[in-house]
Amino acid sequence: MRNVWTIASREYRHYFLSPVAYIVAFLILMLAGILFVFQLKSVQDMTYQGYYPNPPTAANSVIYPTAFMMLFAAPALTMRLLSEEQRSGTLELLLTAPLKDWELVVGKWLGAFMYILTVYVITLIIPIVLNRLVVPGIDIKATVAGYLALILFTAAFLAIGTAFSSMFNNQFAAFFATLITFVLLWWVVGWPANLIPAASGFFGYLHAYAHLTSMMQGAIALKDLVYFLSLTAVGLFVGTVAIEIRRWQ
Amino acid sequence: MIRATGLTKDYGSRRAIENLTFEANQGEIVGFLGPNGAGKTTTMRILTGYMPPTYGTAQVAGFDIIEESMEVRRRVGYLPETVPLYPDMTVYGYLKFMADLRHLPDPDDMIDETLEIVGMTERADGYISNLSKGMRQRVGLAQALLHKPEVLILDEPTIGLDPAQVVEVRNIIREIGKQRTVLLSTHILSEAQQVCDRVLILNRGRIVAEDTPENLQARLMGAERAILTVKGDADGLAALLAQIKGVKNVQARPDGGVEFQFAPGMDVRPEVARQTIQAGYDLLELRLMGLSLEEIFLELTRDSKISK
Repeated sequence: MRNVWTIASREYRHYFLSPVAYIVAFLILMLAGILFVFQLKSVQDMTYQGYYPNPPTAANSVIYPTAFMMLFAAPALTMRLLSEEQRSGTLELLLTAPLKDWELVVGKWLGAFMYILTVYVITLIIPIVLNRLVVPGIDIKATVAGYLALILFTAAFLAIGTAFSSMFNNQFAAFFATLITFVLLWWVVGWPANLIPAASGFFGYLHAYAHLTSMMQGAIALKDLVYFLSLTAVGLFVGTVAIEIRRWQ
Repeated sequence: MIRATGLTKDYGSRRAIENLTFEANQGEIVGFLGPNGAGKTTTMRILTGYMPPTYGTAQVAGFDIIEESMEVRRRVGYLPETVPLYPDMTVYGYLKFMADLRHLPDPDDMIDETLEIVGMTERADGYISNLSKGMRQRVGLAQALLHKPEVLILDEPTIGLDPAQVVEVRNIIREIGKQRTVLLSTHILSEAQQVCDRVLILNRGRIVAEDTPENLQARLMGAERAILTVKGDADGLAALLAQIKGVKNVQARPDGGVEFQFAPGMDVRPEVARQTIQAGYDLLELRLMGLSLEEIFLELTRDSKISK
């Protein structure tokens, strides 16, 4: 575990020197902020017109937009994790250090995860502000469940990105492979789930969007937790195997 | 201590090294000499646990490289050919990272000590991206020395350094080689001659010769070489020598001398001297030369002339 931490903390610090990481943080925070303001404005307008709209929720104004942004941000954050080490020759250093392959992969993933959690902490401003604006306060349970969903979803998608980064020497190959996988899990597997009733169980289960939205509504179901955690585990496992395969090449 | 037995590595259908068996003992500096693609880096990567061999195995510092890879990696310092540095870190930060990975008990002391050895103490807080090539090489070497490894494996440690730095790095290696086992690769032959106690010449994945630099030189004295210097202009001298029976490979040297070879059994020097004087040249010097390791190396790697 100590080695995981050594790798993760180096990686975490590295993000604060990387322009990509700042762009990701900026886009997430800006998008969440803009959406939040628009929602407040539309609720205000509707109230003036005599309607009684539902107040904005944390899920609508920050959690869902952030998750959506992560479809593009996660590949950008993970693409260089291992492929950059390969390109610059430092992978040879790490693979001959007394460090197990899984410790390297998990450490890399954890570094990216900790970075994005730092950005998420900043987004907490929005639910906190929202809580003061609406009476009698926001649905705390749904907000917590929503953030938990976002965190688990992020963990899983970063693990997939890490796996592709350890497979490819080229960062952009890693980026696109990750992005394509995300698009499949977010949208595409939803289609056969609707079209073919017989296969809906299987495809429906793979559908990341369905798991995320069901948790954002405040229902923490075991199947959703298992889904995200097993996706994370698979990503990290595949990443480790990819490193081992590299050694044999 | 390094003991390799029958190391073989295939990359797909290409065999990179074949059946390498060799030893390097404590207090010994062993040099791998060979042209590019001879299998030096592959062998080092196998010994350091970067990749497994296809066949064969090796013991490094008393542990098996396949079964006990972690134990081996703890005891080996490795400087790969591409110096593995993180440009965004400071020298100190980088060494601290390596010290953490190696679980060193008092990292700061060991970092200070290592920086002292490689002469980088003043640059400890500088970013690696701002260092010159020579300094980067020294930081790479520091990383390999940091944990006082029993076995040091250095892939082309002096490549890209300026002459003064080369001398410094060689001195560091020689100093370390007194107590530890050092395996270094080089294609600079004078380096092997100056630094190594023993040289293994690799070509196309095989060891074609293994001996001390002095013995290798002696073994390859298939032909005697001599050099002839005359006072003043040496024009036409080469042509004259070429006509003498038994004289081969006549070459005019840029310094004005003429170099030639002859079979060891038949000394042509008296005849050469006579003819030179008769032709009206003022003979200054006629002496025998040993083969340089460079020539041995070319000779050996051309078609693996001598077997071990």
